[in-house]
Amino acid sequence: MNKKYTSVEMMAVAAARVLEDNSSVYVGTGLPLVACILAKKTHAPNLLLIFEGGAIGGDVKTLPLSVGDSRASFRALKCGSILDAGSIAQLGYADYGFVGGAQIDMYGNINSTCLGPHEKPKINFPGSGGGNDIASLCWKIVIVTRHDKRRFVKKLDFMTSPGYLDGPGARERAGLPAGSGPYRVITDLAVLGFDEKTKRMKLISTHPGVSVEQVMENTGFELLIPEKVATTEEPTEKELKLLREEIDPNGIYIR
Amino acid sequence: MEVFEEGSRKIIAKNDPEEHREWVLKNKPRALVDKVMGIDEAISKYVKDGDYLEYGFFGTRISMVAIYEIIRQKKKNLNVGRGGVFELDLLSAAGIVKTVERGYGGGFEVRGLGPAFRRAVESGKIDIIEWTNTAHALRLRAAAMGIPFIPTRSMLGTDTLKYSAAKVVRCPFTGKKVCLLPALYPDVGLIHVQRCDKYGNAQIDGAKVMDIEIAMAARRVILTTEKIVDTEVFRKHPERTDIPYFYVDAVVEVPFGSHPSNVPGLYYMDEEFIAEWLREAKTEEGAEKFLEKYIYGYDDFEEYLEMIGGIKKLNYLMRLEQFRETLKTPWADE
Repeated sequence: MNKKYTSVEMMAVAAARVLEDNSSVYVGTGLPLVACILAKKTHAPNLLLIFEGGAIGGDVKTLPLSVGDSRASFRALKCGSILDAGSIAQLGYADYGFVGGAQIDMYGNINSTCLGPHEKPKINFPGSGGGNDIASLCWKIVIVTRHDKRRFVKKLDFMTSPGYLDGPGARERAGLPAGSGPYRVITDLAVLGFDEKTKRMKLISTHPGVSVEQVMENTGFELLIPEKVATTEEPTEKELKLLREEIDPNGIYIR
Repeated sequence: MEVFEEGSRKIIAKNDPEEHREWVLKNKPRALVDKVMGIDEAISKYVKDGDYLEYGFFGTRISMVAIYEIIRQKKKNLNVGRGGVFELDLLSAAGIVKTVERGYGGGFEVRGLGPAFRRAVESGKIDIIEWTNTAHALRLRAAAMGIPFIPTRSMLGTDTLKYSAAKVVRCPFTGKKVCLLPALYPDVGLIHVQRCDKYGNAQIDGAKVMDIEIAMAARRVILTTEKIVDTEVFRKHPERTDIPYFYVDAVVEVPFGSHPSNVPGLYYMDEEFIAEWLREAKTEEGAEKFLEKYIYGYDDFEEYLEMIGGIKKLNYLMRLEQFRETLKTPWADE
């Protein structure tokens, strides 16, 4: 891979580009937030940020460390509660929802709870947090995660947050809001989406220097591969400068 | 009502609004009485072994001074609502948590995973009942409204629901599936605010998270505050009152009582201190050493503030809140 940028920088940039100007996003901390701030500072200045702690419409200057801290409400238009954030999403005002996770399956279901049995886990992760709420209630779910066989699995150890559950129509049958669901998966190898008919994960583009085979080798389930697979556009100088110098100067994510 | 699915766990919190009304009738005064006391008195008076605790989100006005005092007084078998970050890790290291009704628990947000909570869960010492953050806040909201349950459209179709005590039913009005959450009346709510008066009227600056719900739903509310102000502040701007006095049982004035958490407008999180915990808590001995020093090892909170770096550190945290200082995040390099 080209050494001008790291795979994490590529992820952040690819995630940022998913977001359109004048849309809204329910965002937690972490790399998704880095992507949202980048989008706001580049092509989407009017992106409406919804933070779980209740800060709405902020003009975030420096990376918050918590979803409720004062950096999340910097120049916000409203400081409400977590129930404001949840209602906004449940009412249908949240276009995008960003989530991460330890495991993901071919329908975009996510595990952020534990590896091994719940009763005595091998590794305990933080649980749903707002993840299940975001994945249930926003229109388009964007999942940001590293790409390897331990993460992209046939069967989750625990389904924390809903993707398309077990296939077409399953979300609606479960009572989840109609027309919502996983939209993109952004990894350090590729940009992926979901097949309209089968709701299964499909490859859209591989990052520069990454082959389709490499993506398949790092995926523990059968991935849909279209005839034409594009190459993800490289990060620009401007995007890299913003990430390194303004958004994450401490190198919390960007390194 | 047709029930399609039920979570496998039992309700461990109080959830009956009738029982709560009776309790309120007997135990909560409506009179304007001076509730100012010390943190030791507030905790010994209102927190009992086995209680269900609720304290909001780390990063926003967590009442750390109350958390420390609960550990200092060696309260036992506590049930914890929603989870937490640094404060949950401390409570876990002290061995005083029995069950967590989890929204988020065991992570340190951007900083990684919580070492002490992880040890306790992976060795089976803490039991976890799963919910989501919003579901948890909704349970408190239902309690705050004096109703027995509240519907939501999240949690459906997942293992999170299977490991909760929620129920999926057919909505009697729309005929569609909906998830029902039981109300949650915590025994004790711990809330830190920027200002309140001696009766407990309080204003919150910045994000409210779920603190208004906690104040209304909890049987006992311990309010710690940066500052006690005159009641006229509230009478002049009643629209700014977030918590009216009659929900509150104790008022404790403790400047910097949320350290190392953030109090919007006043001081930012102390990442150097949090990094020290993450370093020490990697082993049980290290965690014990940290508790010994920063929780058991002093007589009053002012001594603690000296130990964490005194005026110099506090000034730094205040300037940091105003973007007049560069944030240090030692854990990012370790």
